Amino acid sequence: MTALHLAFLIPLLGALGIALAGRWPNLREGVTLATAALLFGTVLQLLEPVLAGARPELVLFELLPGLSIAFKVEPLGMLFGLIASGLWIVNSVYSIGYMRGNDEQHQTRFYVCFALSLASALAIAFAANLLTLFLFYEVLTLMTYPLVTHAGTDKARAGGRTYLAILMGTSILFLLPAVIYVWHVAGTTDFTAGGILPDGMDTGAVAVLLALFMFGTAKAALMPFHRWLPAAMVAPTPVSALLHAVAVVKAGVFSVVKIVVYVFGLDQLAGATDWLVAIAGFTIVAASVVALHADNLKRRLAYSTVSQLSYVILAAALLAPLSVIGAALHIAAHALGKITLFFAAGSIYTAAHKTEVSQLDGIGRRMPWTMAAFGIGALSMIGLPPAAGFISKWYLVSGAMSQGAWLALCVVLLSTLLNAAYFLPIVYRAFFRPLSADDEHHPHGEAPLPIVLALSFTAAGTLALFFFPDVPLALAQQLVKS
Amino acid sequence: MSLSAHLPALQVVLPLLSAPLAVLLRHGGFACAVVTAGAWAAFAAAVGLWLQAGEVGVVSYHIGSWAPPWGIEYRVDRLASFVLLLVSGTAAIVLPYSRASIEREIPREQHYLYYAMFGLCLAGLLGITITGDAFNIFVFLEISSLSTYVLIALGRDRRALAAAYRYLIMGTIGATFIVIGIGFLYLMTGTLNLADMAERLRDVESSRAVLAALAFLTVGISLKLALFPLHQWLPNAYTHAPSAVTAFLAATATKVSVYVLIRFWYSVFGESLVYVELPLPRIMLLLSLAAMFAASFTAIFQDNLKRLFAYSSVGQIGYITLGLSFDSIDGLTASIVHLFNHGVTKAALFLLIGGMVIGLAKSGTVPPAPTFDRLAGLAKRMPLTCFGIVIAGLSLIGVPGTAGFVSKWYLIVAALEKEQFWLVGAILLSSLLAVAYVWRFVEVAYFKPAAEGTTRREAPLGLLIPAWLLVIATIWFGLDTSFTVGTAAEAAQQLVRVGK
Repeated sequence: MTALHLAFLIPLLGALGIALAGRWPNLREGVTLATAALLFGTVLQLLEPVLAGARPELVLFELLPGLSIAFKVEPLGMLFGLIASGLWIVNSVYSIGYMRGNDEQHQTRFYVCFALSLASALAIAFAANLLTLFLFYEVLTLMTYPLVTHAGTDKARAGGRTYLAILMGTSILFLLPAVIYVWHVAGTTDFTAGGILPDGMDTGAVAVLLALFMFGTAKAALMPFHRWLPAAMVAPTPVSALLHAVAVVKAGVFSVVKIVVYVFGLDQLAGATDWLVAIAGFTIVAASVVALHADNLKRRLAYSTVSQLSYVILAAALLAPLSVIGAALHIAAHALGKITLFFAAGSIYTAAHKTEVSQLDGIGRRMPWTMAAFGIGALSMIGLPPAAGFISKWYLVSGAMSQGAWLALCVVLLSTLLNAAYFLPIVYRAFFRPLSADDEHHPHGEAPLPIVLALSFTAAGTLALFFFPDVPLALAQQLVKS
Repeated sequence: MSLSAHLPALQVVLPLLSAPLAVLLRHGGFACAVVTAGAWAAFAAAVGLWLQAGEVGVVSYHIGSWAPPWGIEYRVDRLASFVLLLVSGTAAIVLPYSRASIEREIPREQHYLYYAMFGLCLAGLLGITITGDAFNIFVFLEISSLSTYVLIALGRDRRALAAAYRYLIMGTIGATFIVIGIGFLYLMTGTLNLADMAERLRDVESSRAVLAALAFLTVGISLKLALFPLHQWLPNAYTHAPSAVTAFLAATATKVSVYVLIRFWYSVFGESLVYVELPLPRIMLLLSLAAMFAASFTAIFQDNLKRLFAYSSVGQIGYITLGLSFDSIDGLTASIVHLFNHGVTKAALFLLIGGMVIGLAKSGTVPPAPTFDRLAGLAKRMPLTCFGIVIAGLSLIGVPGTAGFVSKWYLIVAALEKEQFWLVGAILLSSLLAVAYVWRFVEVAYFKPAAEGTTRREAPLGLLIPAWLLVIATIWFGLDTSFTVGTAAEAAQQLVRVGK
């Protein structure tokens, strides 16, 4: 029984335990926390060997002749696995505060689906070939569907419909044929350093294949297939935080980077990614403009996510080793920053029942921890020191310069300004505007303790990643070297 | 001679004998025991034959020791052994299920007749599959068809009679076409043994009579396998037949017809005749596409769940025939794999629906039709049944991890091999239609609020266990494909090699 076996067994057994303990909420939440902690410990055990150059493998079984369901831990997957499993612990603490604070229904189903979603996210992180990746990509969509539609209202059902239609539609229409086509021309779908496509493949065919992959992984929310992400915001906030800021969307951009590096190879793609740079750039700017006009806080965060995800795609499409490092780092940096922002949004909702930006005047004085954490998250989104977003942006910009990609540079610059324009006013409102007269009569304080703990922790993490980026950086550098 | 040498004969004789025994016993319980024993024995024989065919390639059995082409030959190659397993396996699961299922759907005094007809139908389907004699195929086809008409007519709803009558008319037309085709072939070759016929056809290959035979057979069989637009009999028959009958027919009857088509195309006429002389592949391609889109699209708008999945069957048969239109080993493999995988999936679905209607009925009354207005909030009442339907539905869509994904994968590989990129798009687009009709069920069952005071009341265990066995098989064959894909690939290679 290796650590890799355990990494899948623990969340599965955890889900079973949660289901069995459903009648005793304290025990159930205990099982969730224990599972999350055990899982993170297990994933952490893999880190040292991977940093030392080992690539632990696990072949489950042969799905089709020559095609296995197999796992292999490489640096990028290690990074994603660490983020997802690490943040699950924090998110579980947060969930407990949020779900109890808001008296949500069907909490057992919620925690079971959460554990299963995490198991699928890890399976995506450690997938050794495209088929395994595709299999768990679909499983993740299905496992998160009950979470998105958790409320069971008409609005939730409509959101779930959009969610499923876009994610499943694109993956069946674009991703699946791309996977099968790779299998058809390369005879393998194993992720291999330097790519697996045969040499001398027609540039046009490569570009079409790339397009199928990029639009097929709609979890990366490249426009025009980004609509599912704002639709998914009907979910309870912990779901938006962990899944739609970390696990699901990161599974998307992670797949993008992995496919670019391990299926195409940076060299093979030279000259075939100009259009992708343009579309990713457009997505960055357009989503930021939408975010600028969104008054609903979660909606603003959702469009900010769409925009930030395209940073990763842009970085990968630049094909420079430095920018690919930036892409990997941004997966980590954005995860920590965005989960903090969502935690803060949920905290405001739980304590003050407010959902719109325009209602937040003076709230910083009542919820200083929440809004301070929000400020740190916002800094990371803008890409200012001392937040983690600065480092990834640094590498991205260096990569763009090394390629002479001036369009990309302009996009990053513009987006930085836009990010500042839609995040800083919120912080300003919260701390410097007076409370409205109506609010004076409805006193409230901070959110429940688990919520405050969780968001303070991730905010601290955002800062810590700026000062100690060693481990993610080492993993990212290995990714480029290999 | 040992028992194992006579397996081909036992394969058909055991279920065939169980039918008159059931009539003689005149008692539902005993009849059930006898016919179930027959089906299980047939399943055991099918497993034995599958093993034997794996060892020696083709098992040839001479009835009454009369050597072919004078005597009747039973011939089990890889494909036949695969279909035998599907048919007898489904029967072995559906028969125990029947007992609790028909209790409410068929008057008690007719139960023994139900089992007798079931035994006959099973024997007929197995006979079609195993025999190597053209006229024998026709005889067994009639045995299975006639018993099927009766089985459908046993449905409680009076519309079952109309459905059975309609199927009787259309089925008879199909059978007539088939017998005309066989007549032409006999005229031209002077033999009824399929292998011998294939030998002799080489001399008279492109004569008009042979082409006419091919056309008659193809059309006749297409009627039986419900190829669009000859599928008109199917939706009503599936909707109004008793639940257990629907499950059995959906998994076996159309699939055996596909088998007969493959048998005639590849083992008798040979590829050059089918794919070069007549434009059959192009016709097949167009009709398959029409089925995949038109039937799946119609399915979305059905209000009765049984009817919805009946139309889905017509669409899925389109995938099977699409594989045949490629004229390649990969295409043929895809067809054979999907024939099996879809059989398992649909049987699971209809068994679950059968359990569902029993659960919906007030005790002692006739189960109602599973229309959508009765399914609101059903997931609360029958979580296991609904979850099973969702899994089987995912297999219809072709989500990875289910059996349906494997067949779709091969179909797309076959299309890519022919460089038909637009066809890849068409196959995938039509899967999205499946998402639409499956999700219609999900939304009604999981999101519409149930009526006040609904408590958990699952379908009876006797119905749930067989159905879930097949649901698990649906997942199993989606993850471990060594049996399904392995056998199908061997079968396709054998057929193409012999046909050359």
